[in-house]
Amino acid sequence: MIHSLFLINASGDIFLEKHWKSVVSRSVCDYFFEALERATEPENVPPVIPTPHHFLINVLRHRIYFVAVIQSEVPPLFVIEFLHRVVDTFQDYFGVCTEAAIKDNVVVVYELLEEMLDNGFPLATESNILKELIKPPTILRTVVNTITGSTNVGEQLPTGQLSVVPWRRTGVKYTNNEAYFDVVEEIDAIIDKSGSTITAEIQGVVDACVKLTGMPDLTLSFMNPRLLDDVSFHPCVRFKRWEAERILSFIPPDGNFRLLSYHVSSQNLVAIPVYVKHNISFREGSSQGRFELTLGPKQTMGKAVESVLVSSQLPRGVLNANLNPSQGTYTFDPVTKLLSWDVGKINPQKLPSLKGSMSLQTGASKPDENPTINIQFKIQQLAISGLKVNRLDMYGEKYKPFKGIKYMTKAGKFQNDCHLLVIQKLAG
Amino acid sequence: MIHLIMDTFLRYLKEREQEQLVKILSFMFYIFRHDDLKEMLDSNKDSLKLEAMKRIVAMIARGKNTSDLFPAVVKNVACKNIEVKKLVYVYLVRYAEEQQDLALLSISTFQRGLKDPNQLIRASALRVLSSIRVTIIVPIMMLAIKEAASDMSPYVRKTAAHAIPKLHSLDPEQKDQLIEVIEKLLADKTTLVAGSVVMAFEEVCPDRIDLIHKNYRKLCNLLIDVEEWGQVVIINMLTRYARTQFLNPNINESLLEDSSEKAFYASDDEEDEDKKAEAAALVKRKPYVMDPDHRLLLRNTKPLLQSRNAAVVMAVAQLYFHLAPKAEVGIIAKALVRLMRSHSEVQYVVLQNVATMTIKRRGMFEPYLKSFYIRSTDPTQIKILKLEVLTNLANETNISTILREFQTYIKSMDKDFVAASIQAIGRCATNIGEVRDTCLNGLVQLLSNRDELVVAESVVVIKKLLQMQPEQHSDIIKHMAKLIDNIQVPMARASILWLIGEYCEHVPKIAPDVLRKMAKTFTNEEDIVKLQIINLAAKLYLTNSKQTKLLTQYVLNLAKYDQNYDIRDRARFIRQLIVPTDKSGALSKYAKKLFLALKPAPVLESPFKDRDHFQLGSLSHLLNAKAGGYQELPEWPESAPDPSVRNVEVKDSVCARRTVLTGPEGAGVLLLQTTRGILISLFRQMTHELLHHSHSEQSSGTEDRKRGRKAVKNQKSSSESESESESSESEDESEEESEEESESDTNIRKKKTIAPSGSIKMYELLHRITGEGLAVEYCFSRQPFSPDPNMVAVQIQFTNNTNSETKNLHIEEPRLQSGMRIREFAEIGLQPSESVTVVMGIDFCDSTQAANFQLCTHTRKFFVSIQPPVGELMTPVFLTENDFKKEQGKRMSAHPRFSTPSCSIRVTATANLSRVPCGSDKECRFAGKTVSSGCLVLVTVTTKEGGRAQLTVNCEKMVIGTMLVKDIMQALSQ
Repeated sequence: MIHSLFLINASGDIFLEKHWKSVVSRSVCDYFFEALERATEPENVPPVIPTPHHFLINVLRHRIYFVAVIQSEVPPLFVIEFLHRVVDTFQDYFGVCTEAAIKDNVVVVYELLEEMLDNGFPLATESNILKELIKPPTILRTVVNTITGSTNVGEQLPTGQLSVVPWRRTGVKYTNNEAYFDVVEEIDAIIDKSGSTITAEIQGVVDACVKLTGMPDLTLSFMNPRLLDDVSFHPCVRFKRWEAERILSFIPPDGNFRLLSYHVSSQNLVAIPVYVKHNISFREGSSQGRFELTLGPKQTMGKAVESVLVSSQLPRGVLNANLNPSQGTYTFDPVTKLLSWDVGKINPQKLPSLKGSMSLQTGASKPDENPTINIQFKIQQLAISGLKVNRLDMYGEKYKPFKGIKYMTKAGKFQNDCHLLVIQKLAG
Repeated sequence: MIHLIMDTFLRYLKEREQEQLVKILSFMFYIFRHDDLKEMLDSNKDSLKLEAMKRIVAMIARGKNTSDLFPAVVKNVACKNIEVKKLVYVYLVRYAEEQQDLALLSISTFQRGLKDPNQLIRASALRVLSSIRVTIIVPIMMLAIKEAASDMSPYVRKTAAHAIPKLHSLDPEQKDQLIEVIEKLLADKTTLVAGSVVMAFEEVCPDRIDLIHKNYRKLCNLLIDVEEWGQVVIINMLTRYARTQFLNPNINESLLEDSSEKAFYASDDEEDEDKKAEAAALVKRKPYVMDPDHRLLLRNTKPLLQSRNAAVVMAVAQLYFHLAPKAEVGIIAKALVRLMRSHSEVQYVVLQNVATMTIKRRGMFEPYLKSFYIRSTDPTQIKILKLEVLTNLANETNISTILREFQTYIKSMDKDFVAASIQAIGRCATNIGEVRDTCLNGLVQLLSNRDELVVAESVVVIKKLLQMQPEQHSDIIKHMAKLIDNIQVPMARASILWLIGEYCEHVPKIAPDVLRKMAKTFTNEEDIVKLQIINLAAKLYLTNSKQTKLLTQYVLNLAKYDQNYDIRDRARFIRQLIVPTDKSGALSKYAKKLFLALKPAPVLESPFKDRDHFQLGSLSHLLNAKAGGYQELPEWPESAPDPSVRNVEVKDSVCARRTVLTGPEGAGVLLLQTTRGILISLFRQMTHELLHHSHSEQSSGTEDRKRGRKAVKNQKSSSESESESESSESEDESEEESEEESESDTNIRKKKTIAPSGSIKMYELLHRITGEGLAVEYCFSRQPFSPDPNMVAVQIQFTNNTNSETKNLHIEEPRLQSGMRIREFAEIGLQPSESVTVVMGIDFCDSTQAANFQLCTHTRKFFVSIQPPVGELMTPVFLTENDFKKEQGKRMSAHPRFSTPSCSIRVTATANLSRVPCGSDKECRFAGKTVSSGCLVLVTVTTKEGGRAQLTVNCEKMVIGTMLVKDIMQALSQ
């Protein structure tokens, strides 16, 4: 399946290579570099690149390209999903997945890759199992190891590997037994220039941090499970029980994991928590344009809208923008024509606004592209879909755990770090 | 050598050849650094070794060549420190191919590792051994794989499955033997193994679909518990399997579909005939009934649509697309739409597949139309794929919303995307007649766009649309003729010229003027434009030669001396064709017909049309080209193959379960063996009851025993605590029984002995079916064999299941290892449905080698073999505590640790030993001697705090000792 893996940084250096079968020369990456050159944006590199003898399947995460070399037929998603799992594992182990972190921990990285794939076929990808085989590096452990000469590598087969609950290790012990659940929802919408919603959907996840002794068996129930239109589960969730009773019943993995991700159907009306008033206009024949933008909260159930960030790609003809924000700071990059305005918190009494003028290239005609405005924000203590956890029960163990549930709404669209709620406004 | 280098160094220093100096310095640095590593590797300290290995691995990771360190590294392959060892493995696998001879030095370490009691070490030894790509060790690998395939630990068996493709790629000639191993592992019932062995199957023998039959239902049922990567592989394989074994569930519908499609296109007369033919075909078809196995597959894969793993979801989606009845395929749409919110690479692949699906099954994705709307932040490649999907989804009802959406896309700043959007509008216009005019008007408006690229793309699309109904649109053609002055994009210019030429009759006044302008700029045009100018000239010459004769000749003359030979050739060809000369042949008469023939309108097709002949979700589908190792998705069979091949025979399954209970290897062994102590105790209780029973109903004794055994199976699932208490009870019982046993004379047929023999593990010698009605089982009765004390007593029980008498049962032609002996039993005969027990003696010479012989009746001969577990090779000895300690001191010991409390019944069940009285309650001691040579075997189980215990086996015979440890461990580790 996966023959080799190359890690390539943003400047095009191969800084790590690993082969699971015969060695594939790094010159195979030249095809990748060609594709990289052809692509205008880093994310426009095609995920699958055929070469005369191999196929290169790559993913881009944290400005690092993970390029897997394939020699024969394999489902591309299989490889892509695996590469993402590798990145997630690195992140789990080192806190961040950057070139520096990987270089610093190259031996652990190598040991991990060795365990995760055997002959190119995934062997152990479950974080709980890996952590028993190879202990994550911490400062304390490094010190202890250098003094005592003990190792980071486990000598016994991880218990999870053979059990029916491979995601959980046995013999877990905590003095404080805690289970925290974060309900995070991202709202994703396109709004046209008249202010009407074209599409809006809510994408939510329930992330858990469970630190419980022994083999607890948890059930989590919702007040309004009907809201969840389409769900995908961590393998620990008993699907039958969900089908029958709409209750999440599971033996949790130890530590952090994503219990559930869901989608709230577009049939349900999605309340958009902010609105934008705008006026962007260019006059024919003049080298000046007007820019006005006002933000306001709506339907937020009294919760504050925080960390608001507005960005907009202005037309190419715009030379510079001279604006005046009522709060926060703005920047305009004359090269990429990207305007971004860091608003901060929205005060409903005094709505933030950004006003001013734009100067255009002299002689250039009125730009006919419509700038789009993207907005990111966060609302704490609110799940915009109205989803509420009813109760969490634990069976199988005797102690009383501490339980906590947190809600948050973000504007957002999956992984891309830059943009969240996409509100597309058509000016002019 | 250092001196030499220093000399050169000094010389270069003097001569100030700086470049050389740098080279020399870096070379010195290089060898010194490696020297330093070698030194560290040779040191005694593990920490130094570890440091060195870490640096070496870091160098490998950076792609530096460290192969010169091979001898120094490989020495450490047996290092005690497990991290050093692992890093050495990493190194070894990387360089073994280059340093084959040196790599062989390490092999023995792995061979030893294969026998290690720790399953992780056994597995990793096999992993590394099979990863060393050196052809000489192929036989060793083969042996190791075979052995590991029947290992007790499912993890080791999984590793064996992984090793199969490795060996296959190293030496394809081993294929046949490997297929045997695959067949064996396919029968494995643990989820851990299932995914890996199917992977091996796919790499080694994907065409041996017959191996799947018997395992099909098991794989379907296990699927949900298999780890996610295995699920993908199994689902893809089962899709192919199902295509060969089941009938097309849409067979009737596809006929209907065809007919409706034909009705749309076909002319009236044809239609009638077609309909009759189809009606006949429909009548002929039997009503479709889905095979229950087909349904099983669909039902068991459905929950996996909820998997967090995109690859699993995609695998299920393609399975449904290729296998499910049309009405059920819809459920995959929602899951696929969910994947669209994942990473952009996942989106890319999913969209490619959705694009293919939307062509065949448009209705499925229509409710999710809005999910495919494009966001300004999507990468261009995603945008273009989404456009493709939107275009495929367009129909009469939703076209207006889609077009409105497209209009916003045209205003985007991403020019590639704008061009793709314009093409998409063109495709919608050709597919849906009602909106053609609207689209055309919209596109014409775009002609006044400031961006040249937009205009050019519009021209190209308009050209295609106009071809469909040119008469009505002469004003558009006129408008476009005006554009020729401004548009610079060659493709657009060429398109306009072609349009004017083609429809010059609709614009008789403008066309010659355009040609005049073009003749002026001819030399500066791009090649495609030049070709179209010649084309235009030719067409005008034919229709309007009066006005354009001179212009045409001028253009042709220019073309005659063009740099591009295509243009020169074309000019020469056209001149011959249109300008009548004396020599011109018959062809020029037809020039007008040739040039001004009615040309069919181009069909704007999706590039994803017909891609579904590749299995969806595959690499080949994505690339639209066959990748190496791609397995074709077979067409549905005309008539279903025999479904009974998947039947696992009921009798067989009972028998299989029985061997699980008793056999030394097989799938469920781990669980069963560890609970064996409990099982046996339960068993004894049961058979004890039966014993009383059998006094009254002697003839049905065997039947009862079978039932009893089934009952045991049911009980084993009962809770731990229950069985624990029972096991303690049964200890006394077994003593009672053994008394009873000793009373009975073992060498004559006596029904009574059946029961106690059943209390000990029974092994199958000859199955009822292979034995043609004669079933033979044996057990080790643990009685001293009176004719020869050096022999192990084997109690054999014959059952005649036929209706005729079996005569002259005896043994012939024993084939034995040197030193082994057999004392045969006397010839016997069997009445119909009679059971007889005899005892024979075998001297195994204290080895676990099998004794092979032939079992003969008056009609048939059967080859059979008896293989003893190591625990049966000994006989109890009675020692005092002091004697025990004294003897223990003399002998070598093997003592691994494990973490369960001991249980004496389990030890004595595993090995024929007797308990030694002992003062401490934390220790249990057992003693025995080997039957053949009389070596003492001493076993100590010491319980320690925290539930841990230590097992010590002392025996002069190392082999017996280690094997015994393994067996007892298994019995205890529950």
